[in-house]
Amino acid sequence: MLIVCWSPVMVEVWNGPGDKKTVEGPSRMPAPIRLRELIRTIRTARTQAEEREMIQKECAAIRSSFREEDNTYRCRNVAKLLYMHMLGYPAHFGQLECLKLIASQKFTDKRIGYLGAMLLLDERQDVHLLMTNCIKNDLNHSTQYVQGLALCTLGCMGSSEMCRDLAGEVEKLLKTSNSYLRKKAALCAVHVIRKVPELMEMFLPATKNLLSEKNHGVLHTSVVLLTEMCERSPDMLAHFRKLVPQLVRILKNLIMSGYSPEHDVSGISDPFLQVRILRLLRILGKGDDDSSEAMNDILAQVATNTETSKNVGNAILYETVLTIMDIKSESGLRVLAINILGRFLLNNDKNIRYVALTSLLKTVQTDHNAVQRHRSTIVDCLKDLDVSIKRRAMELSFALVNGNNIRGMMKELLYFLDSCDPEFKADCASGVFLAAEKYAPSKRWHIDTIMRVLTTAGSYVRDDSVPNLIQLITNSVEMHAYTVQRLYKALLDDISQQPLVQVASWCIGEYGDLLVSGQCEEEEPIQVTEDEVLDVLEGLLVSNLSTPVTRGYALTAIMKLSTRFTSVNRIKKVVSIYGSSIDVELQQRAVEYNALFKKYDHMRPALLERMPIMEKTASNGPTEIVQTNGEAEPSVVEAKHPPPVTQPTNQANDLLDLLGGNDVVPVIQTTVPTKPASAGGELLDLLGDLSLSGGPAPAPATSVPSSQPAFLLDGLTSPPLFNDIAAAGIPPMTAYNKNGLKIDFTFERANPNPNIAVITIHASNSTEADMTDFVFQAAVPKTFQLQLLSPSSNVVPTLNQGTVTQVIRVLNPQKQQLRMRIKLTYTHKGSAVQDLAEVNNFPPQSWQ
Amino acid sequence: MQFMLLFSRQGKLRLQKWYVPLSDKEKKKITRELVQTVLARKPKMCSFLEWRDLKIVYKRYASLYFCCAIEDQDNELITLEIIHRYVELLDKYFGSVCELDIIFNFEKAYFILDEFLLGGEAQETSKKNVLKAIEQADLSYFSFSRGWI
Repeated sequence: MLIVCWSPVMVEVWNGPGDKKTVEGPSRMPAPIRLRELIRTIRTARTQAEEREMIQKECAAIRSSFREEDNTYRCRNVAKLLYMHMLGYPAHFGQLECLKLIASQKFTDKRIGYLGAMLLLDERQDVHLLMTNCIKNDLNHSTQYVQGLALCTLGCMGSSEMCRDLAGEVEKLLKTSNSYLRKKAALCAVHVIRKVPELMEMFLPATKNLLSEKNHGVLHTSVVLLTEMCERSPDMLAHFRKLVPQLVRILKNLIMSGYSPEHDVSGISDPFLQVRILRLLRILGKGDDDSSEAMNDILAQVATNTETSKNVGNAILYETVLTIMDIKSESGLRVLAINILGRFLLNNDKNIRYVALTSLLKTVQTDHNAVQRHRSTIVDCLKDLDVSIKRRAMELSFALVNGNNIRGMMKELLYFLDSCDPEFKADCASGVFLAAEKYAPSKRWHIDTIMRVLTTAGSYVRDDSVPNLIQLITNSVEMHAYTVQRLYKALLDDISQQPLVQVASWCIGEYGDLLVSGQCEEEEPIQVTEDEVLDVLEGLLVSNLSTPVTRGYALTAIMKLSTRFTSVNRIKKVVSIYGSSIDVELQQRAVEYNALFKKYDHMRPALLERMPIMEKTASNGPTEIVQTNGEAEPSVVEAKHPPPVTQPTNQANDLLDLLGGNDVVPVIQTTVPTKPASAGGELLDLLGDLSLSGGPAPAPATSVPSSQPAFLLDGLTSPPLFNDIAAAGIPPMTAYNKNGLKIDFTFERANPNPNIAVITIHASNSTEADMTDFVFQAAVPKTFQLQLLSPSSNVVPTLNQGTVTQVIRVLNPQKQQLRMRIKLTYTHKGSAVQDLAEVNNFPPQSWQ
Repeated sequence: MQFMLLFSRQGKLRLQKWYVPLSDKEKKKITRELVQTVLARKPKMCSFLEWRDLKIVYKRYASLYFCCAIEDQDNELITLEIIHRYVELLDKYFGSVCELDIIFNFEKAYFILDEFLLGGEAQETSKKNVLKAIEQADLSYFSFSRGWI
């Protein structure tokens, strides 16, 4: 600390703002306590309450001092206020005082005033605009330190209005020869541009000879300014490309020049400037062959010659690698860059390892093979102690999995899954499933891997994995016996992990016959009786560990076994017991199944027979195949695919989808019987304006309510699956009637799920020509789910000679008013007809 | 850089420099959460963490944590050097700086920071020049107020 003392006033300078002696100022009041004094006092407080008391007392004193308009001590008081503000106490009553300090002629006043402005005022306060004039004056002050204060404040927190008003002043200072001011003006200009991008143009002329400066401060801030301009405007970028040779030269000088004490950091000359230049070069070289070539040599030089023993050298190497990877560098250079990253991975410094993993993750798509070479080091990082490093290593590992290394990688990843923190388990499990699906060398290996995940991290597996896995299992036909056996054994060990239990129950319900018949080829078949299996399933029903969803799975599985096992009576008993279960879902199911035993026993075998292989819809990640309630529908779901969506081939993208977004958007499961090319997209179009806004819908274009025509009953070709248990029939309605095409809706409330309305459409044609290629499509608002089964035909015969029927199932869990938008396409008399209509006249019973 | 925070091992704030406009309430919330997060880190962990959509770079010097929030394109390793440079400046100015110096002379700590960084970027890469500027500014009070009554 400098001590200058040839007068008491000078001593005060170093000890804090404000005078000790009351040379001038009001003689009635004692001088306000000094800043250091206050700090010392407050620090003696032993409790929060004591501190608060002191603060309040001092604040009161400061407030009255402010009221007195005391110029002498304003600075000291504001300084104290700032200290108290930092402790967390309110200081807004000092805002105006800061402005007064800024307007003062004394330097210490201005200094504290501007500091106060930066701490207490921000652009949300109206008050801050009052600063504008002061700043303007100070930007033109005769003392550079005052100008510096103004530039600093403006560049730190100037609002858009302030920036607009003062941009001209900043621009002027950008052209000054005073390097102290020039460097500050450059960064101030950066702030102005960020706040008011349109003003960027006005700074262009001033940038002309910025890089010819010798002063490092100006050089550094100029490079920052140029970077900002290039990032914001492609035109600027093109304009500044010509600076590449100059930048290369500056960088070269920095590296080649000898020891410069002023800018040296551990033997490296001005690393800050080097890094900024490298970053600007990256932006300028990206996508441009010539620029990239011009910087090739210097990049290679920096990459090979930079000292790596300290962090500062590695910082430069890191920036160099980023630049090499982003520009159009030749392959030799790229390999050099990846190898640097590889060496980083072996560095003792965990920061360096972290940075390496981050960079490798960015480059794994483009330079996959080069990164593969470092796979084992990356996998070792899975065992690192640092959470961030582990996460990076996991993401990178998944990105590197391919057909060749799947077995080895999976071993490591499964080991990681076993031992990692819970926060990783869900992502890791999903990643394993995805990788297994893509690269499984055999079905047996695939099932084993799934089993391993379910048993070790079963509770962390995402809910939507369950239907995915079920679908996968049905596809591996020859593995059914093996799968169900392994799942059964797993259940015997542990029934706490719900996803495992759900998949297991489903499989047992489906393949229980294989289980008891001991048909397993892959491993030693176990001996298990029907009763033992039923014991296990019933155990799930009663266990406290089972969630309601799991219980549903178990009950349905038991039911399905009635067609696979011989001990039907036991099953009947269980089903009837649960007919009075408190759980409404279970009760409903049990009652339905009971009815199946009683009235519809002839249909039971057909309904409960083996599921067909479920075909996958186009895979977009974990949101596919949403089964309503996860129950196994006995009805055959014909899923025709929408046209195959071209999947991004890079795994990292899939992975990022997987690991990044967790929001499962309910997919509207619709099946379109014909014209697969028209599926997905058009339905989404249909949905476009369909909103749930209450109030009367605009009168639908058609739907003239008509009296029940006779053919309604005649045209029924697909009988309802169950009679509605709920009361009498819901009245039918006409949904559409135009150009001779009439569509009526009839309703059933059916199924184990009371939230599903089953609507049968009946399309009839009163014109004298057939309507061929008839396609009916429907869309419902977001809270609903809709499923269209196959139509009876796609020709609506002329003159009401027959009807086309089709079943729609609508899931309405929130019991919202049912609304639907329908789209009809058909060919009539040689021309294609298409129409859209909204259906709003659903009878209340259909959705209440 | 979006902001820099200095805090003690007990979580007491010693300096806060914000380069983005936020309300007092938001600043307090961010400060509280970030301080908690950083203090919970174990010594073996690396100096970087992801927090909200920012990269956080922190380093402990004696009893003080220096914590910076940088943007995606910023270089974490050079930020560590920035932090180190600031500590060196404080050290040179106060002479073997300790936390108490920062507590009792917080306004000076701000002045030094404002001569080193502007708008979140380094304005001067020479240690000598920053210190010289502070010295001169401190002196200018003298010549300044002498010139004006």
